[in-house]
Amino acid sequence: MNEKKKDDNNSRRNFLKLGLLAGAGTVATGALIATGKNAAVESGEKIKVLTTSGEVMEVDKNLLTLAPVGRVESHEGIPGRKFVMVIDLAKCKNARKCVEACQKGHKLPQGEEFMKVYLLQDSEKTAPYWFPKPCYHCDNPQCVNVCPVGATYKRSDGIVLIDNERCIGCKFCMTACPYSTRVFAWKPDKEYEIKQPYSPEKSVPGVEGTVSKCDFCPDLAREGKLPYCVSSCPMGTIYFGDIDEDVVTNGTETLKFSELIRDRSGYRYLENLGTRPNVYYLPPVDRQFPVDRGFDGLDEEIRKNYDNTPYVKNMKNKEAKL
Amino acid sequence: MSETASSKILLREFAPQIERTGTWGKLWITFLVGVVLLGVFALYWQVTRGHIVTGMRDNVVWGVYIVNFIFFMGISYAGALLSGTLHLFHASWRKPIIRMAEFITIISLLIGPGFIMMCIGRLDRLPNLILFGRIQSPITWDVIAISTDIFGCILFLYLALLRDLAKMRDFDELKVSKWKKKLYKILALGYTGTPEQQIRLKKSTDIMATMVIAIAIIVYSVLAWIFSVTLQPGWHSTIFGPYFVIAAVYSGTGVLIVAMYFFRKVYHLEEHITLTHFVNVGVIMLVLAAFFGYFTFSEYLTKWYGSEKNDEQLIKILFDRYYTLFILSNYVGVLVPMIVVGFKKLRTIRNITVSAFIVIIALWINRYLIVVPTLESPYLPIEDARAAWANYSATWVEWSLTAGGVALFCLLFTLASKMIPIVQISELKEEPVEPGDIYLK
Repeated sequence: MNEKKKDDNNSRRNFLKLGLLAGAGTVATGALIATGKNAAVESGEKIKVLTTSGEVMEVDKNLLTLAPVGRVESHEGIPGRKFVMVIDLAKCKNARKCVEACQKGHKLPQGEEFMKVYLLQDSEKTAPYWFPKPCYHCDNPQCVNVCPVGATYKRSDGIVLIDNERCIGCKFCMTACPYSTRVFAWKPDKEYEIKQPYSPEKSVPGVEGTVSKCDFCPDLAREGKLPYCVSSCPMGTIYFGDIDEDVVTNGTETLKFSELIRDRSGYRYLENLGTRPNVYYLPPVDRQFPVDRGFDGLDEEIRKNYDNTPYVKNMKNKEAKL
Repeated sequence: MSETASSKILLREFAPQIERTGTWGKLWITFLVGVVLLGVFALYWQVTRGHIVTGMRDNVVWGVYIVNFIFFMGISYAGALLSGTLHLFHASWRKPIIRMAEFITIISLLIGPGFIMMCIGRLDRLPNLILFGRIQSPITWDVIAISTDIFGCILFLYLALLRDLAKMRDFDELKVSKWKKKLYKILALGYTGTPEQQIRLKKSTDIMATMVIAIAIIVYSVLAWIFSVTLQPGWHSTIFGPYFVIAAVYSGTGVLIVAMYFFRKVYHLEEHITLTHFVNVGVIMLVLAAFFGYFTFSEYLTKWYGSEKNDEQLIKILFDRYYTLFILSNYVGVLVPMIVVGFKKLRTIRNITVSAFIVIIALWINRYLIVVPTLESPYLPIEDARAAWANYSATWVEWSLTAGGVALFCLLFTLASKMIPIVQISELKEEPVEPGDIYLK
């Protein structure tokens, strides 16, 4: 009796949970069929779901995946949210875990990076530092302004997304973005041939001949998870949160956004351009690692990317003199 | 004496160029078709293999295609502004060359937008520009402006052609195939040259000449704004609108002079197109050279003098990696026509044509130097070991399509001259003044 009651409770809770999720996304049978092949192993545990026509239906737990948010729904932001990111330059040592996790999560071909790590040095005498750069999801997004077909758009939660099924590939947004954030799918790639319903929130699968970029992972936010780059960083460099709730977290510590920015002199990159980014940086003071540590363990191919930076050039010159 | 009857002598003179094509002419057309086919093959290559076959990459996302687009849109100015202005000012010397200018306009207007298509990643989604067009985007402005321009210019050219078409229809001695005769008849719209028709034609031509000037200025400014509305250091400039307009007319006069030279040679028009015409268009070119040089100087002087970090970086690239091209386009391309046309001794047909040719090349390079180096020096430094990602260099696909575009321009120009006399016959007539003939007032 007790056993049965527990079961009932369980399924009711599952049902409620699904109901909530269905509010955010939609349980679509299309998605079930699409993933059906891979998830053929049934768990035997049935879950009741409410279909769009109002019928209750039982589905195996393993067969149930949430359909990604569709193209039309993705224009609406997540209600009541205004996302913000804070990147602590003092902690970054170019471990590149953020880049790798992002590539994997968004199923990007090699060389096509949403998150890039730069080696910057503002002037000759100032200190060099590692500079992770996602999309800034500006409040005055130049890319959105110039798009001729509305394929890239700003949402109520601050996120700028791209609809790869509308984009005509004119690349105007790429020239309009002053932060070189956007990437173009230059050739047909097998990475793009994933059998999965397309969602602008996932940026997966990629589409040849269109533009894509960092999307702030709203699909993960809907599941209550942090973006790939945030959760993968071993140093806890990147904080993600809500500017209205005034809270950001890197997964291990949760801080008050306004205090963090005030106490650590947070700033936005190229503030003078008036794009009003939603990504803030904490200056690289009291650093946990020397800059050179960033070269440790890098693939030769990636290390070469930094060969033309003034810092590496100077270093090589000094070595040559010795 | 009717208008049509009087110009038979002229028609007899121009009939051979329409009636038959010589061996050299056929070879020339075959060659052009060959180059166009090469371009078609390159396009096929690009469509099947993706844009990776071009030299464009994530930093330099626009390359030779956009340069060609600006270039062809620019030379379309030859007709729009030159023939429009000359028409309104009643410059009588314009008559033998005005048809060429108008042909240049129409043909380059048809080819120019083709190049922007080659730059677009998803040609299959082109209808989205209309279906989901956003008026806030300068590209939408461009779509509206260019289509208006094409429509307006075709109308203007057609009005200018009408009387000649009527003459071709009425000229019995013309030995051409039946379909051509039928075409003349349809296109002439029953124009017979009655006083009422003449007045109507003159009025509408005047209106269109004014419209075409205005539209052309708008089109070229909108084109410039595509660049200057962005925050890129080399593009974000207030003078880009007028600068582009001047550069466009400048390159247009260059193309007109070169076209005059070749048509004069091939169709033996020495009697109609004389040194005076070359000098007159040359003087327009000289004035435009001065304007162009002035705009270029202002543009780079302010960037260099203020030397904001990113402007400085751009100037450095221009005077380092692009030094030769920069000097060629912005010094040689300005000074040569000024010297050649400026000194009376140097003003020969050959010299003026050579300097016009230099102007064409210089202006193409000028557009290249506006588009590419800016994209090579973004705010965040390019940190990419892949050479193609850091520096742009066009591939055979892009060059083939460029050659194809130029060949298509020459081909259409040649074919047009096979349909209709390259010199406006009705404007050349010398006939007694009639009370109703407003053209001789």
